[in-house]
Amino acid sequence: MWGPDRELWLMSVEGPAKSALAWLLGRGLLELYPDFVRLMTIDWRRLAHQHPNESVNMEVLLGITGKDFTLIAASKAAMRGASILKAEDDKTRHLNKHTLVAFSGEAGDTIQFAEYIQANAQLYSMRNESDLSPAALANYVRGELASSLRSRKPYNVNLLLGGVDPITLKPCLFWLDYLAALAPVPYAAHGYAQYYCLSILDKHHHPDMTLVQGMKVLEMCTDELKRRLPIDFKGMMVKAVTKDGIRDIEFNDDKIVKCP
Amino acid sequence: MSRRYDSRTTIFSPEGRLYQVEYALEAISHAGTAIGILAKDGIVLAAERKVTSKLLEQDTSAEKLYILNDNMICAVAGMTSDANILINYARQAAQRYLLTYNEDIPCEQLVRRLCDLKQGYTQHGGLRPFGVSFIYAGWDPQRQFQLYLSNPSGNYGGWKATSAGANNASASSLLKQDYKEDCTLKEACAMAVKVLSKTMDSTKLSSEKIEFATVGQTKDGKIYHRLWSADEITTLLKEQDLAKDESAEDK
Repeated sequence: MWGPDRELWLMSVEGPAKSALAWLLGRGLLELYPDFVRLMTIDWRRLAHQHPNESVNMEVLLGITGKDFTLIAASKAAMRGASILKAEDDKTRHLNKHTLVAFSGEAGDTIQFAEYIQANAQLYSMRNESDLSPAALANYVRGELASSLRSRKPYNVNLLLGGVDPITLKPCLFWLDYLAALAPVPYAAHGYAQYYCLSILDKHHHPDMTLVQGMKVLEMCTDELKRRLPIDFKGMMVKAVTKDGIRDIEFNDDKIVKCP
Repeated sequence: MSRRYDSRTTIFSPEGRLYQVEYALEAISHAGTAIGILAKDGIVLAAERKVTSKLLEQDTSAEKLYILNDNMICAVAGMTSDANILINYARQAAQRYLLTYNEDIPCEQLVRRLCDLKQGYTQHGGLRPFGVSFIYAGWDPQRQFQLYLSNPSGNYGGWKATSAGANNASASSLLKQDYKEDCTLKEACAMAVKVLSKTMDSTKLSSEKIEFATVGQTKDGKIYHRLWSADEITTLLKEQDLAKDESAEDK
């Protein structure tokens, strides 16, 4: 624990721990209480919040709403550090007939949280013989994330929740992050993908788009990602929610895009 | 002999009955009448207020009609003190749902939450069942306007027109005769006072003796619920020619 750069390390400590350490240091007691020092200087909140690896941000989540549909696309690569473990990963779960959620974040947390939400959505449908609307589910997920955030070990999950309201038949999309922020949006992205895609979506999205037009915009986004993202995300899994339910959409992952 | 089975809420008699629940139903059939009528554009709830003494302050508060949340109201028949506990519970349940989902609770779900609580006292018991029947009027986006009736056993059902309390059998048969499918809220209000005037002891009514509330929809599609003021009730009674003739009394 006490390397040659001890003074430097002590200077980097902030908050109430700083004055406690200075007090101990002044009396030459620092060496006597190494465990105390270690505990005092851990920033629990920051430790709990940081992404342990950058590859989390390399996961691509995209969502686009149109006239009568919501498109959700997620990259197919399952990554751990610099390695790709799987090229056919499904980062989505069906919550009910007309609500779909896509997730990224810390491995393990993601699936655990998404399936917890899925199970609760299905329990609601069973008990009440009616489905929760996508808006109600988004609010429920936000509440769960908010209480998780204030627990000892918060879930590190970012989500896009999309669907079609079963009564009004209006498509909708919600952007949620691990800090329990919730925003209803016409189109959305998570991770590094948002830096490349949001500008394209700003320019080309229209609320009255058809599914075909939506797919064209989605392809512009994935082309740009292939051009700019420094890793191969193994193509996209694309799903569309319409008033008739959720369906998989064929997507050509083999298109080759060259960087200029 | 019957003492052996009716002292506990949770024990069946040899004939397979729960006496305490039946006594609770009996207590309700002595309470003031409450009726509810479903119209195509709203719901009306009306209740008889038992005037116990001339000295009683009349206009302080509604005693039989309560607001549960933004799109639901209910009428009470039975013990008001028990009803207060249940209404408090229902309001909390509705707000909890709103907090979790940011949507109003569907009507049937709120009714079921209350009925689950009522049912608990017919099985886990120890004390006595809640001595109240409720008539609920509400609206939700899935099933639009809805009318429910629940009783102390924890049973509930959806109705087009229903009644609870004293003379509820005759009120129900009157409603069955007069009910028209697709009636408007205005027609339903008229029917409600007519039925009440026939089931109550006095034929001439006054705003002191009845309470009135409606759930409806404004022109721009918003749902409203409203407990009527004494003046509004008097106006309605005059329209239907059921008001106590005050000038005649003076003469």
